[in-house]
Amino acid sequence: MNPERRQLLAWGAAAAAGAMLAPGLRLVELAQARSPEEAASKLQRWGLLIDIAKCGECDACVTACHEENGVTSRGRPTTDPQWIRKVSLADRQTGYVQTLPLMCQHCEHPPCVDVCPTGASFKRADGIVLVDKHTCIGCRYCVMACPYAARSFVHEATSGQKPDVPRGKGTVESCTLCVHRVDRGDTPACVVACNRDGGRAMAFGDLNDKGGVLYQRLRDEPSSQIRADLALNTGVRYQGL
Amino acid sequence: MTRFAAGILAAVLALAAQAGAPKVKIERGEACVAPVAEMRRDHMKMLFHQRDRTLRQGVRAPRFSLKGCVDCHASEKTGSVLGQDGFCSSCHEYAAVKIDCFECHTPQRAVRTAGKP
Ligand code: HEC
Ligand code: HEC
Ligand code: HEC
Repeated sequence: MNPERRQLLAWGAAAAAGAMLAPGLRLVELAQARSPEEAASKLQRWGLLIDIAKCGECDACVTACHEENGVTSRGRPTTDPQWIRKVSLADRQTGYVQTLPLMCQHCEHPPCVDVCPTGASFKRADGIVLVDKHTCIGCRYCVMACPYAARSFVHEATSGQKPDVPRGKGTVESCTLCVHRVDRGDTPACVVACNRDGGRAMAFGDLNDKGGVLYQRLRDEPSSQIRADLALNTGVRYQGL
Repeated sequence: MTRFAAGILAAVLALAAQAGAPKVKIERGEACVAPVAEMRRDHMKMLFHQRDRTLRQGVRAPRFSLKGCVDCHASEKTGSVLGQDGFCSSCHEYAAVKIDCFECHTPQRAVRTAGKP
């Protein structure tokens, strides 16, 4: 090989590396807003951070979630769907009671996805775990597989659905992290309500975004996952548990 | 002469077809998201494609969104695409098509609310 040709090849390689780098750099910007034509990206991982010390005796998050998603109660607690609920933890020894909101934990390794026979239960590239109700056959394996009991089956015919949140009898549903809001750059309804009417205990963000508040707080402050022993790597993290 | 007869025949057929055909009411918008002939033939394909792209990939391009169809095509009177003269239902009834989309999706045009979170 003559030296000239070798040089040319080296330049070629450099140019190729540059081309690789340029889209790579753009990916950093992607951490902000996404156009409606753009697909969800695995560079992001959406999650929540909930500071239980600030979570008091209110249910602003629950009310806001069910209002936003058109989830109505028929006063039948055993069958009414529930996307988020308040859980109380009491210390038997001291009687100290803590409350926290519990919803789909948006696991990195979701058991609900593993057991779904149709592929309806799936995880989006950006970490949001969803049910594709178009392919859900209502078998409820996922309901049983979820260690957080976060999924509900729709037992009764629905009416008055929100245009953004179609829902109907015979399918399974759960917290979508308000995917319709997240996709337009908004924050989930529970987080908005908690910061407006509640104890300001909830924060929403991108677990991968090194410049983001969520990433920084998780790096600098102690936090935990519920049932961390299952190694599901949840997207919802708690403090003060 | 034969051409003339064929012309008459075509006209008669067209009239006959029109007598029973559904009246599709268009109440809003200048034009559809694709040429009418294409919409009549392929709207279900567009919807299925859009459905999978939106759910699985999070692509929310507005063009073939079901929400978009409802927004434009809901009746001014009832606000719905279903019902007696409903846009989707009048045509489907005629063609004996049954869809389950509106078990979950609202057939009502979105009411814009201000000041919601
Ligand atoms: C911007 C408003 C708008 C949107 C959005 C829209 N349409 Fe239309 N559509 C129209 C108008 C106006 C017509 C009348 C024909 C024309 O001139 O394009 C029409 C015509 C049609 C027709 C033909 C009706 C006939 O005369 O036989 C069908 C079918 C149709 N639309 C289906 C849909 C579907 C399905 C969607 C959603 C994917 C949709 N449209 C979205 C405005 C809209
Ligand atoms: C069992 C409930 C259910 C049924 C039945 C259903 N959908 Fe959906 N659909 C959903 C849910 C949930 C979403 C996700 C909404 C979101 O994230 O914005 C969705 C989203 C969509 C979207 C993307 C959002 C939009 O408005 O463009 C399309 C298109 C769609 N569905 C088409 C259909 C069609 C066509 C049918 C009928 C053949 C249908 N769906 C039946 C639940 C349902
Ligand atoms: C111009 C008449 C016409 C109008 C208006 C119309 N449709 Fe249809 N649609 C049909 C016909 C005809 C078929 C069946 C085509 C076939 O089977 O090949 C069909 C089939 C469908 C299917 C597929 C059904 C299946 O089981 O595969 C969906 C989904 C659908 N339409 C949705 C809609 C929606 C939503 C609207 C209203 C926004 C609408 N259509 C308005 C004529 C119409």
